[in-house]
Amino acid sequence: AETLQIVVSSSPVPSHANDKESYLWRSHTGGFGTTLESRGSCKRNQGIENQKKSERKVSSAVSNMSRRYDSRTTIFSPEGRLYQVEYAMEAIGNAGSAIGILAKDGVVLIGEKKVTSKLLQTSTSAEKMYKIDDHVACAVAGIMSDANILINTARVQAQRYTFMYQEPMPVEQLVQSLCDTKQGYTQFGGLRPFGVSFLFAGWDKNHGFQLYMSDPSGNYGGWKAAAVGANNQAAQSILKQDYKDDASREEVVELALKVLSKTMDSTSLTSEKLELAEVFLTPSGSVQYHVHSPESLTKLLVKHGVTQPAAETS
Amino acid sequence: MECVFGLVGDGFAIVAADTSAVHSILVHKNNEDKIMVLDSHKLIAASGEPGDRVQFTEYVQKNVSLYQFRNGIPLTTAAAANFTRGELATALRKNPYSVNILMAGYDKEAGASLYYIDYIATLHKVDKGAFGYGSYFSLSTMDRHYRSDMSVEEAIELVDKCILEIRSRLVIAPPNFVIKIVDKDGAREHAWRQSVQDVTTASL
Repeated sequence: AETLQIVVSSSPVPSHANDKESYLWRSHTGGFGTTLESRGSCKRNQGIENQKKSERKVSSAVSNMSRRYDSRTTIFSPEGRLYQVEYAMEAIGNAGSAIGILAKDGVVLIGEKKVTSKLLQTSTSAEKMYKIDDHVACAVAGIMSDANILINTARVQAQRYTFMYQEPMPVEQLVQSLCDTKQGYTQFGGLRPFGVSFLFAGWDKNHGFQLYMSDPSGNYGGWKAAAVGANNQAAQSILKQDYKDDASREEVVELALKVLSKTMDSTSLTSEKLELAEVFLTPSGSVQYHVHSPESLTKLLVKHGVTQPAAETS
Repeated sequence: MECVFGLVGDGFAIVAADTSAVHSILVHKNNEDKIMVLDSHKLIAASGEPGDRVQFTEYVQKNVSLYQFRNGIPLTTAAAANFTRGELATALRKNPYSVNILMAGYDKEAGASLYYIDYIATLHKVDKGAFGYGSYFSLSTMDRHYRSDMSVEEAIELVDKCILEIRSRLVIAPPNFVIKIVDKDGAREHAWRQSVQDVTTASL
């Protein structure tokens, strides 16, 4: 006997008036499709399905569903995901990596440069590291043009605070403020999220040296060591093993170089492919943001023995 | 005319304000508290247009509270003073507040401090300051007797000298004053100086 299945759900009735929504029919596989399958086509499709099963990729089920929900950035998928935000994070996963590590007397930021051409004017352009205010700097991973907008926003927010209170903006408040901006792009306006992750390094009188990581969703966290960009999970796991509390800046620089040399895709580490910056206090008590020159970087690479290609790791 | 004055001592700041609420020739009340406790370690002594005075000082107080709720740390006295000045400055060329403020506060790093903020958004960090007609007398008296790092007793003596001068020399002198102090232990009322008390019919 044939059975008629009635599905009762709380989702609204689909209609052609709402963009790409259409009637969905239950297919023989248990999923939903836009066409009604009769028993005849069912049997035919079953044959084809069995043939294709071996060739089918695992993610096809997901991408079939997601295609309906990722055209607009500001809506949830049925599984409760924000696809645009996740796609933004995918984009960052292909970008040059950046690592930040907290030391007892400062914060170290290191970044892998993707654009390495002899023709690039390195003295005037920075790719990974930017100064937001006298006491806060950041490293960037992702789409550079998006990053520039956000860096400018952060700079304006920091100055606006100083204009109002005549004091430097506490680092966490700056990060929070920027993340509130990023969150807006995941909830209203119909614009895509920013494809950038940041590592903020700074000092303030409330909490001393701090390191924060933020992502396109607008989430942020305070970290002792963090990595963004390509191979960030590998970097993060190495950091988890090798990070020590209260290390000095020199030890932290060494750790940063070692971790980056292990996780970078390129075969050898040279000063042209890196940017290294430190945030620390001068003896007089003012915050200093210092980007290493290529010569200084080369010396450090030689000193810590990471200029050779990473032959020991397989 | 409203009298507000204050000074900084050794690890504390003290402010005094008259307590009469006047409308043309009528005294509404003579126990109006014009020194608002901004937060645990800050005071605002304000004089000027009564509506503006209450509206503006409450606005500053609520913004200071909001900052503390949002960020988990209180504003420093300097930051609060600059914020207040900024609000007066922004409103100045549109819809000005007619309020003069002496902001007193205690911070662990900076110690006790006093800020003079007038109705056209002037900001000065001072050791002693005063507003109103009474300032002619209280500033002169303070200039004569003030020393840095006075004790609380010495400072109260000086405040009393100022109040005496105001009472004897100002033609419509306010009869009552309230004195508040802020130090490492917080902001609190210190004393009243009353020569006239509200009389109820029952006591006649």
